[in-house]
Amino acid sequence: METQNATLDIDRSIGDFAYPEVHVRDAGVGLGRHTINYISDVKDDPDWVRDFRLKALDVFESKPLPTHWASKDLEAIHFDKIRYYLSPGTETKRNWDDVPDDIKKTFERLGIPENERKFLAGVEAQFDSEAVYSNIKKAVGDQGVIFVGSTDGLKKHPEIFRKWFGKVIPTGDNKFSALNSAVFSGGSFIYVPPGVKVKHPLQAYFRINAENFGQFERTLIIVDEGAELTYMEGCTAPKFTTATLHSAVVELVAMKGAKIQYITVQNWSSNVFNLVTKRGLAHEEAEIKWIDCNIGSRLTMKYPGVVMKGRKARGEVLSIALAGDGQHQDTGAKMIHAADETTSNIISKSISIGKGRATYRGLVHVPKHLKNCKNNTECDALLINGQSRTDTYPTITVRGAGNAVQHEASVSQVSAEQIFYMQQRGLTEAQAMSLSVNGFVNDLVRQFPMEYSVELKRLIDLEMEGSVG
Amino acid sequence: MSSSLAVQPELEEIAQDGASADSRGLLLPEPGSTGWFGQVQAEGWRDFNALPAPGRTDEKWRFASVKALDLSLYNRARPVAGVDREELIGRSCGLAESAGRMIFANDRLLTREIQALAKKGVIWEPIEKAAVEHEEIFRKHFMTQEVVLGSKKFAALHKAMVKSGVFLYVPRGVEIELPLEVFHWLHGDNASTFPHTLLVAEEMSKVTLVDYFESADSEAPGFACGVNDLFLGPGANLTYVSVQNWSRNALSIQINSTVVSRDASALSMNLNLGSAFARAENVSRLAGAGGRSDMLAVSVATGGQEFDQRTLQDHQQPDTTSDLLYKNALSDKARTIFSGLIRVEPDAHRTDAYQKVRNLLLSDEAEANSMPGLEILADQVRCSHGATSGQIDEEEFFYLLSRGIPPMVARQLVVSGFLNEVVERLSCRPIREKLRELIETKSAPA
Repeated sequence: METQNATLDIDRSIGDFAYPEVHVRDAGVGLGRHTINYISDVKDDPDWVRDFRLKALDVFESKPLPTHWASKDLEAIHFDKIRYYLSPGTETKRNWDDVPDDIKKTFERLGIPENERKFLAGVEAQFDSEAVYSNIKKAVGDQGVIFVGSTDGLKKHPEIFRKWFGKVIPTGDNKFSALNSAVFSGGSFIYVPPGVKVKHPLQAYFRINAENFGQFERTLIIVDEGAELTYMEGCTAPKFTTATLHSAVVELVAMKGAKIQYITVQNWSSNVFNLVTKRGLAHEEAEIKWIDCNIGSRLTMKYPGVVMKGRKARGEVLSIALAGDGQHQDTGAKMIHAADETTSNIISKSISIGKGRATYRGLVHVPKHLKNCKNNTECDALLINGQSRTDTYPTITVRGAGNAVQHEASVSQVSAEQIFYMQQRGLTEAQAMSLSVNGFVNDLVRQFPMEYSVELKRLIDLEMEGSVG
Repeated sequence: MSSSLAVQPELEEIAQDGASADSRGLLLPEPGSTGWFGQVQAEGWRDFNALPAPGRTDEKWRFASVKALDLSLYNRARPVAGVDREELIGRSCGLAESAGRMIFANDRLLTREIQALAKKGVIWEPIEKAAVEHEEIFRKHFMTQEVVLGSKKFAALHKAMVKSGVFLYVPRGVEIELPLEVFHWLHGDNASTFPHTLLVAEEMSKVTLVDYFESADSEAPGFACGVNDLFLGPGANLTYVSVQNWSRNALSIQINSTVVSRDASALSMNLNLGSAFARAENVSRLAGAGGRSDMLAVSVATGGQEFDQRTLQDHQQPDTTSDLLYKNALSDKARTIFSGLIRVEPDAHRTDAYQKVRNLLLSDEAEANSMPGLEILADQVRCSHGATSGQIDEEEFFYLLSRGIPPMVARQLVVSGFLNEVVERLSCRPIREKLRELIETKSAPA
């Protein structure tokens, strides 16, 4: 396969366009106490939120970049050249027709209202720092489901919001969770009351439109006893010439017997640093499942986690990463077993094309005196060219004799023989390559909701077209 | 001891070396020795002082109890003489037959035996002698391997402090049937030792070397900091076995490297039994096409022992193979750490690399940490790794009980069976038997 020196570019044409900026609120360039105060003033934060932000800023400043284990590419982020808050200065609209025209056009080009009509129970669309549109179907709202932006959540539902906010992912968890805690804006707050099973997914759509901008959405989802929810998020940005930062924090809380499925298809343009902290807290017999697809960005560092706090809780991460030229997908999973009979499963598949680099980084922790905890981890990597790179760095700690953990990883190629065989049956080289790669991820993609598996297959097809030649 | 062995005791010339007979603290500079070796040692001492000590956030020491690395407790070891010397020689029991033996205590050679190999050009000398008499070949290889797994500072300390050890040179085409054996004894409270093994196996040669690391008193605190470099020429075949059985209160750091040239084949096996904290770093560099390295280890961790094992399978050239299998059996409050990396360099196409670590947890207080890693930068590669942590299979155990075997015995049988899978990979039967016996003694219920 060494002959393929193809330059691969992911098809981002669907998201690669920008409209002129019309921001009324702008916190300016750089980060300091004044930035935090500006954001808090604009958002009319309660005092506890302002204090929370300021403390987080201190934590952010005190923590070094984690370059002793992570990519040195992080040093290319200039925190003093980023704009931390931009918004059109308008209220979030409930009705699509009220959304300002140019923003409306942006999301229409991305197909948001169409999808909403087709299969979603609710949609939120975030443009730079704030949600511009948020709607939930009446039937779902009537069941007591709350689906609003994080600012609305903390103001209108403080009794639930404050109880869990920052509890799953504390400010000091890492440098980027501290940064998010300082300047967060946008993101979703969802509460599903006991026993309510939301049939259709809720979706959030994140869009960066401004150059040198940092998007720091904060999502908190609480699913009460026996309730169920599927949440999907998508993200795009136009291709600017300078680096853009996206650093989100997502906290999930599944109460007793609840189920949460959180699906991400990340297709940022290849100049975005995507440094995201995602973690769920699963109480007794609850189940949290992260489905995480990383296709875009320059550097993604994201390790969705589940803390299994209650007996028989279950955590799962299904991850697909596609690393093309100039991309580094540093993804993985964290499974913290904190109660008896908890089980977790991690399945990760990565594909490196051209000069792309895919890294799996995982943590499985089974502390003392737990019984009958089980973890299964499988990581498979596929290398397409001789210049591609793949790494696997799992960390597994098991204490005590009552538990079973297994980890397996393998690395393979699309073999020249396979391709030759398919060509000999009449497929073009591109078709053959595409078929091989789809075969590699197929068993995982099948577990995705229909709309996503179709889109993902299409993306992979597009990519393979560029990679052979 | 067969009568064909020519015994050459060398006690006089080495053990009278009174300069370090005092028990000053270890971390005071040595009165300078002269010549190129003295310069190397001075350089080691400078580096040791300049390099930072491993800290809590050091990735290469992740999970390790770095507080165990306090060297201020240890002294230079005194020479062992008289009755003690005779006793240690008597206690140096290895295999029934060997091609040669060297016994060291506190870094001084006690005895050296060798079968008639000298006329084939085999060099089997303590390093202080080899450094003078075979300077060219010795200097070419001595401490030339970069220490990449975290113990740079300790390698520098070793370089500054090393007094003796083994230099084995096997010329082109020479095959030594029987294994060669080396005993390193540590004697005295808080004593320190710096064992060194340097092995150069030339093209198409074949040799087996066994290192035994032991303490005279199995409870005495002590410090061991060893370096072991193995070089295989094209087509050479080497089996290296080490038995780490320092005292239960010792701190041990062992830094090993193997360089495998074209079509050569190395197999190394480390058995970890002793020490309170034992760190072992093993690097295999596959530096020639067709090279193969098998890296094996068995650890029986009991009480409060901590075994910290770091490995690197570095595939530098195409068509190379490596296969790592580490097994740990953990009882009581024991901890193990395994951090292994398979690195396939950009041009090392058609690499075949395998890595497996298996932890058997036998108590509720034991802790096993595994960090199996892969870094693949080449094409047409077959790589996989696996890590498992689990307990005794209930069904296996029940089966044994149902055959009338008492629970304690059944448990030991399962543990031996688990660990013996690694030992079986050795082709030399007497070594297999020796290792099995040592494993059984250690894992027997107290």
